Amino acid sequence: MTREERIVETFVELADTMVDHFDVIEFLHRLVERSLELMDCAEVGLLLANAAGNLQVMASSSERSEALELLQSRNEEGPCFDCYRGSTPVFSEDLRADSKRWPTFAPAAVKHGINSVHAIPMRVHSRTIGALNLFRAGTGRLAERDVPLGQGMADIAAVALIQERAIRESRGVVQQLQGALNSRVLIEQAKGVLAERGNVSVDVAFASMRGYARVHNSRLGDVARDVIDGRLEAAALAELSPESH
Amino acid sequence: MASERLGVVLKAMADADPGGTASMVDRVCGAAGTLLSLSGAGVSLMADGELRGTAGVSEAGIEAVQELQLTLGEGPCVDAWRDMEPVLEADLADPVQVRWPAFAHAGVQAGVRAVFAFPLQLGAVGLGVLVLYRDRPAMLGDDELALGLVLAEVATQTILGLQAGAPADELHVLLADEPAHWAEIHQATGIVSVQLEVSLDEAFVRLRSFAFADDRPLREVAEDIVARRLRLPGAR
Repeated sequence: MTREERIVETFVELADTMVDHFDVIEFLHRLVERSLELMDCAEVGLLLANAAGNLQVMASSSERSEALELLQSRNEEGPCFDCYRGSTPVFSEDLRADSKRWPTFAPAAVKHGINSVHAIPMRVHSRTIGALNLFRAGTGRLAERDVPLGQGMADIAAVALIQERAIRESRGVVQQLQGALNSRVLIEQAKGVLAERGNVSVDVAFASMRGYARVHNSRLGDVARDVIDGRLEAAALAELSPESH
Repeated sequence: MASERLGVVLKAMADADPGGTASMVDRVCGAAGTLLSLSGAGVSLMADGELRGTAGVSEAGIEAVQELQLTLGEGPCVDAWRDMEPVLEADLADPVQVRWPAFAHAGVQAGVRAVFAFPLQLGAVGLGVLVLYRDRPAMLGDDELALGLVLAEVATQTILGLQAGAPADELHVLLADEPAHWAEIHQATGIVSVQLEVSLDEAFVRLRSFAFADDRPLREVAEDIVARRLRLPGAR
């Protein structure tokens, strides 16, 4: 298979994992694996910013790159960190000469056999959400042909993550909507159940449910569910009805 | 092409309410009415396969037609929500397949001849159905069908946007506008479940069948049960 064919295959594979049961961790690991195969580098790592804006290691090709990524997120220093903060690609052709720039990261990387690095921002519109790091054993620049491919990988990761986040948030709203729709019906049904069991009007039944919810600091929907499931007896609620006071 | 259609829909929504009092979901329905030459449109909220509320209508009369589906337990909303695909019926009086004998009959009596239902969904999760009504038998054209899909998408996003701002466990106030007598239907369900010693689902089915067999509106039967003027056969 030619390199072009492998690239196409990789993007199709990644797009496939984005539909149905999208698993973020699995997706990012696959992206890191394929990046390692397709580009001329020794290790690949991926950092994502959390809600507080701190970088977290999401995927790495080995323990070695994981250690180097952790070092950057812990000390807030290194090419990946600079790339995320500046929202621009950051590279070092020779890490042995960059110990002033990154006093903790550069010597540690060299010790791990990494001598050059290329960090690519993951951007969606104007927002930067993380960075993809390519670590290389030799010195020098990243191969010319790997630069656009690396950016392409970072872009597809960013789009997938943003899309997943948007769907997850909307799903929460849908669930909340359905919960609210159901609990509204449940409350009305519970009024009827309680009215019939306690031989009172639905208004009195409702007043006692509300009274119970207030005294026990519970939600009306939960009280309604307990009434329907028979966990709350009419007698217990009747004590709280306004007419008994 | 898709963005052109979206533009057309948004423009029609802006024009739908010169007075400026309609809710955004009402505007979607109003826009549907103008763009697709309908006699009316409504957005139903659904959960567990049942009609749970009306989020918007193009005009007041539509609510009664929407409600037929709660009363009868069948109709385009139920099917579109269950199958998660549009349901298109060009002539209720002479349907291609007889899907809803009771709804078709009641619908024609209420002046509806054609009905088109589009599920409002997010991935595999459904939240409601956009229903379009025509008072004459006529299928939607290809272009109209495409516009219907865009309208359903806009309705979905509008509802999600509203509900995202609602307090936990509550419906957004603009989505909570259901007819008052619906409450009585659910209260009656609770009463019947105790009287017949059956589950709530079963009680609702019994209530429905009783109203249907007696040829009375469900809400009237419910009102009588809540007022204790009526007990269903077999009630202890």
